[in-house]
Amino acid sequence: MAAVQTSGERALNKVAIVAVLLVTIIFLAPIYWIVSTSFKPRNLATTIPPTVMFEPTISPFVKLFTKRSQLRSPPSAEEYAAAPWWERVVFDGGEKIVRDGKGQVQWSGYPSRFLNSLIIAITSTVLAVGMGTFTAYGFSRFKVKGEADLLFFILSTRMLPAVVVAIPMFLMYRAVGLNDTHLGLIILYTAFNLSFSVWLMKGFMDEIPKEYEEAALVDGYTRMEAFFKIVLPEAATGIAATAVFCFITAWNEYAFALIMTNRRAQTAPPFIPSQVGSGLPDWTVIASGTFLFLLPVAIFTFLLRNHLLRGMSFGAIRK
Amino acid sequence: MAHIQLKNISKTFGNHTALTGLDLDIADGEFFVLLGETGAGKTTTLRLIAGLEKPSEGQVFIDGVDVADWGAAERDVALVLQQYSLYPRYTVRENLEFPLKPKIRRLPDAEIKDRVDRAARTLRIEHLLDRKTDRLSGGEMQRVSIGRAIVRKPRVFLMDEPLSALDAKLREALRTELKNLQMQLGATFLFVTHDQIEAMSMGDKVGVLNHGRIVQTGTPHEIYNNPRDTYVASFVGSPPMNLIDGKLVNGRAVMAPLNFELPFSGGAKAGGATDGRPLVFGIRPEDVYLESGAPVEARVHDVENHGVEKILTLRVGDTTLRATVPARTDVAIEQAVRFAWNPDKVVLFDKGSGVSLRHAS
Repeated sequence: MAAVQTSGERALNKVAIVAVLLVTIIFLAPIYWIVSTSFKPRNLATTIPPTVMFEPTISPFVKLFTKRSQLRSPPSAEEYAAAPWWERVVFDGGEKIVRDGKGQVQWSGYPSRFLNSLIIAITSTVLAVGMGTFTAYGFSRFKVKGEADLLFFILSTRMLPAVVVAIPMFLMYRAVGLNDTHLGLIILYTAFNLSFSVWLMKGFMDEIPKEYEEAALVDGYTRMEAFFKIVLPEAATGIAATAVFCFITAWNEYAFALIMTNRRAQTAPPFIPSQVGSGLPDWTVIASGTFLFLLPVAIFTFLLRNHLLRGMSFGAIRK
Repeated sequence: MAHIQLKNISKTFGNHTALTGLDLDIADGEFFVLLGETGAGKTTTLRLIAGLEKPSEGQVFIDGVDVADWGAAERDVALVLQQYSLYPRYTVRENLEFPLKPKIRRLPDAEIKDRVDRAARTLRIEHLLDRKTDRLSGGEMQRVSIGRAIVRKPRVFLMDEPLSALDAKLREALRTELKNLQMQLGATFLFVTHDQIEAMSMGDKVGVLNHGRIVQTGTPHEIYNNPRDTYVASFVGSPPMNLIDGKLVNGRAVMAPLNFELPFSGGAKAGGATDGRPLVFGIRPEDVYLESGAPVEARVHDVENHGVEKILTLRVGDTTLRATVPARTDVAIEQAVRFAWNPDKVVLFDKGSGVSLRHAS
């Protein structure tokens, strides 16, 4: 690259910066919308034009996590003064938090759904990436009879859209009692992600020179030891990239979760839209649920960002 | 230290035949060089000995024991590759320690440290020990690779073109170093290369491999001066041996298409029945000399100045041959010169089979 930029290059640079900014704004706008809505009072959520300046409130989050009922009459002054600050915002909205006989706050379904999402997404990701890594290693390093056919078969499991298989899957799951269980969704998501994981990991495995393991074999290590000591650390980048993709897929999955679960094992995606509140949908609660739901993926991706970038350009820099 | 023997080895990969009927005998403490072009089967031979491949046929013996059922780990050989034998995530020290830490022959820590330090001293890489391997130059990497091999005191060292990826200067330096190292360790080395200079300068013995067969095994001197066939003659030597078609008539070499004659003194050695039979005359460029009264006239087609000497390409009719002459020889392109050869150095090959008449009997 030239050390001194010409005026043409400088102008081009400015255009590029503006373009990048525009694209970034377009991509971030929905996220801003969700985040800002989840801090809005209910009456400002759906104004036209949208309200940009407002006094942020925590009430959508309080509503998200608690069971509430409509107030017949405003609370008395003592009742209001005795309530903790986060309960007052609910009173202000004309609702009250439901408590049991001992005065314990009744939690909404959201925390348990969120936990379900975490359990199911993490377990299925670990399983899919783990099995995918081993399978890919086998395909990459050993002569497998009918390798091309087997790989195609693995890929073909992804060829039907979820909607097509949903009904048969539902019937099968009901027959074996996997409906509305964590195990059921974990199996489903693992199977769904496995083909992706095998294909992606095979690409990464093929990139690792087999000389590394052979050197280890000659040095007196077993195939297993060579795999864990040499191949796995080399494949870390690929494993991270694959894990992010599998996690996002499992975390975001909506259709199967909607059909296969309803209570015990329900994940957050089908739960959030059902939180429409009493009466009209409360968009602020939906927005706050969505906002919290975005966080794990964002954190996970952020933590693995270096691996992810290197993973994407793996073949390119290696040669 | 070990004595390696391959008996009637064949190896096929699907439809591709890599090795056929290969016999090889590498004595204890010998520096054996396997020389051949890319795809001749050199690396396959090495991998068979290392236990990374199984032969389709034949047996591998290490110290007289058939090792067919031994895995790579049990054979106790060391392998140095052209590249990729160092682990990029490890430091140089960790790389050197790695071969000493497998479960089957885990050494005590003090011994590991001692061996690593000794190897580092031998290879002059002590200052690199704490560096990550991706921060090393090509030559340093190859030193560390060799270090990985020597820390273990294996029964045999297998080296797969370890110098090929290096630049010329470094290659020369490491060549000498490797040879010294081998003598110092007294170890058995099997060194694979496509570079005939490496083969000639390092090998106690050289085996020339062509299309999966051993064509000739011998000392570098034998290979160079008495090639078994025209393949070896043209493969070994830079520039290669001149090969000219012709016949022997009354003790003189008559080049049939070129219409020139040269004296020949090897008639007796070649056997009586050679008169009139189609032959190939092989003569090394250094045994072709220019002289004003010499029998054949040629034109200088090309001059390559190598400093210590000049390599001339001479044109006779429409054929060319090479001559190595002293650097002070003053010649110009297209100049007419007269040349002769050293009749004692001529090697005769059968035109049909390409086999040297000296080896045929």
